[in-house]
Amino acid sequence: MINWSDKLSTTVKNIPPSGIRRFFDLVTETKGVISLGVGEPDFVTPWHVREACIYSLEKGYTMYTSNWGMLELREEIARSLYHNYKVSYEPANEVLVTVGVSEAMDLALRAVVAFGDEVLVPEPCFVSYGPCTSLAGGIPVPIPTTEDNDFRVTAAQIEEKITPKTKALILSYPNNPTGATISREELMEIAKVVKKHDLIVISDEIYDELTYEGTHTCFASLPAMKSRTILLNGFSKAYAMTGWRLGYACGHPEVISHMTKIHQYTIMCAPITAQMAALEALQNGTDEMKKMVAEYDRRRRLVLKGLGEIGLSCFEPRGAFYAFPSVRNTGMTSEEFAEKLLIEAKVAVVPGNVFGANGEGHIRLSYAASVENLTEAIERMGRFISKSGLRSEDLAASG
Amino acid sequence: MDQKDREILEVLQDNSRLSFEQIAAMLGMDRQDVENRIKELEEKRIIAKYNSLINWEKAGEDVVSAIIEVKVSPQRGAGFDKLAERIYRFPEVRAVYLMSGRYDFSVLIEGTNMKDVAFFVATKLATIDNVLSTATHFVLKKFKQEGVILEDKEEDRRLVISP
Ligand SMILES: Cc1ncc(COP(=O)(O)O)c(C=O)c1O
Repeated sequence: MINWSDKLSTTVKNIPPSGIRRFFDLVTETKGVISLGVGEPDFVTPWHVREACIYSLEKGYTMYTSNWGMLELREEIARSLYHNYKVSYEPANEVLVTVGVSEAMDLALRAVVAFGDEVLVPEPCFVSYGPCTSLAGGIPVPIPTTEDNDFRVTAAQIEEKITPKTKALILSYPNNPTGATISREELMEIAKVVKKHDLIVISDEIYDELTYEGTHTCFASLPAMKSRTILLNGFSKAYAMTGWRLGYACGHPEVISHMTKIHQYTIMCAPITAQMAALEALQNGTDEMKKMVAEYDRRRRLVLKGLGEIGLSCFEPRGAFYAFPSVRNTGMTSEEFAEKLLIEAKVAVVPGNVFGANGEGHIRLSYAASVENLTEAIERMGRFISKSGLRSEDLAASG
Repeated sequence: MDQKDREILEVLQDNSRLSFEQIAAMLGMDRQDVENRIKELEEKRIIAKYNSLINWEKAGEDVVSAIIEVKVSPQRGAGFDKLAERIYRFPEVRAVYLMSGRYDFSVLIEGTNMKDVAFFVATKLATIDNVLSTATHFVLKKFKQEGVILEDKEEDRRLVISP
C-alpha cells in the first residue's frame, strides 16, 4: 500500500481545505433552503452571447487560439478599458486572456513571487489569494480591514506590514465578501506607499461594473501606477458568464510575457468558444449588462433595508452583490449563526470567517437572488433572530 | 412622468405583486411617494391593469385562440377608430391592432373551441359594415407570450454555496 501522506507535497498539505466545503454539504442535505450563499449571478448569460457562441461552433471555431488569446478579443478588452478608465494597453503584448480571474491571479502570483516573498492581502477577501500565494512559495500577510473604515484598507495599514520581503499587494474592490468600494483619493494614498516601497499591485477588479455608489477607479489608471500594476478582470460577474471560465490580465509587457509563459505550458490557451462569446459580450453586451447591474442595485437596497428592519447591523455595500452584516450581537460565532440559521430557518449564508479571520462575526449574504427569495429569506431570518431570544430592538440599539 | 415613474413602471411590469414597501426600498424612495405615484399612474391609465399570465393549456383547459386579419374600408370622418370600437367591444376579442401592410386590423380572438371562434368571425366580425374581408389563423401552440417563455427550461442550476 502506498502511503500518500508521505508522498504529498508539504506545501499542498499545508493549504487549509476550503472553509465552504463542509457548509456546502450541510446545505445540500437540507430541504427547502433558500440559498443566499451563491457567489455568482442568478442571471443566465444573455442570449445574444450564447447565440454567438453557438454560431461560432457551427462555423467550426473549435481549435486552439494564440496562447495570448484571440487578438480581436484582446483588442476589444483594451478598447473597453480605455473607454472606461482611459488606461491604454497594447493588445499585442500587454493583454493576456486567461481561464477566469482565478487563473490570472495564479499566474500573476507565480510570475512575481519568489520563495519567501511576502504578499499583502487585505482581508476579508476572496478565498484564493492566500492559498495561491502559498502555492507560489510566498507568504500571505493578512491586513485586517475593519467595518469602522467600511472595510477599506488604508495606506497606513499597508505601510505597517511592509518588510524587506514584501513583494506585492493584492487589492480587490469592489470587494467580495464585504461589498466595499474604495475612492480614488484613498487609492492615491495607497499608490504613494506602493511607489515608496517599490511594490507590485495585483488588482482584482472583477466587480468593477457592479459599482452602485460613486464611480470605480481602476488602480492602473492612477499616475505612475500602470507599469507596476497587474490588472485582473473577467466576464464572470458583469456578463453573468461564470461557467465560461474567461478572464484576463493586463500589465507591463515584461510581466505579461512571463505570465504567458506559465499559461502556455499549463493551459495553452483559454477555450475558443468562451473567447468567441466574450467578444460578443464586449461588442454588443453593454445594454443587457447595465440592466442586470440596475437590478442588483434595487435588490441591494431592498436587502439593506430588510436587514435594518430585522435588526442586523450592516455596513452599506456599494459594489459587487454581497451584504456583510454583523451577527456579533447575537452572541454566536459566524459559523454557529450560519449553521443554526440553515437548520432552523432554512436560509443559507456563508460564514464570514471563510474570507479571513477578521470576517469572524459577520455573514456574507448574496443578493444575486430573486426579490421573492430575498424577501422570504429576510423574513425567515427575522423570525429566527426573534426566536433566538434576541429582540431586534436590542440588536438595533447595540448595533 | 419622470425617471422615478419610469423606474416604478419597469419594476411593476416585471412583477406587479410587489408591495409599495418593496418598491420603495428597491428604488430608494419614500413609501408614501411610491403609493401616490402609482395611484396617479393608475388614474391616468398609464397602468391599465394588473393581471396574471396564465398558461391555460398547461392547466388542461380548452382555449382556442385565433388571429384574424381584417380588411376594411375606413369610414369618412371617423377613420379606423369607430370601426375598431365596433370590433373591440366584443368580450371574445382579446386584442385589436391597426396594422401597416396588406390588411388593416389584426384581431386576437379567444374561445373554447374552433367552431365557436369561426362562428364568431362569420356572424359578428365579417358582418360589420365596412369590413371587406377576414382571414382566420388559428394558433396551434404558444411558445412565448408577453416576453415570457411558457415552457422555460432554464432553472436555477447554480451550486447552492460558492465563494
Ligand atoms: C473577487 C473575486 N475574484 C475572482 C473570482 C473568480 O472569478 P473567475 O470566475 O473569473 O475565475 C471571484 C469569484 O467569485 C471573485 O469573487
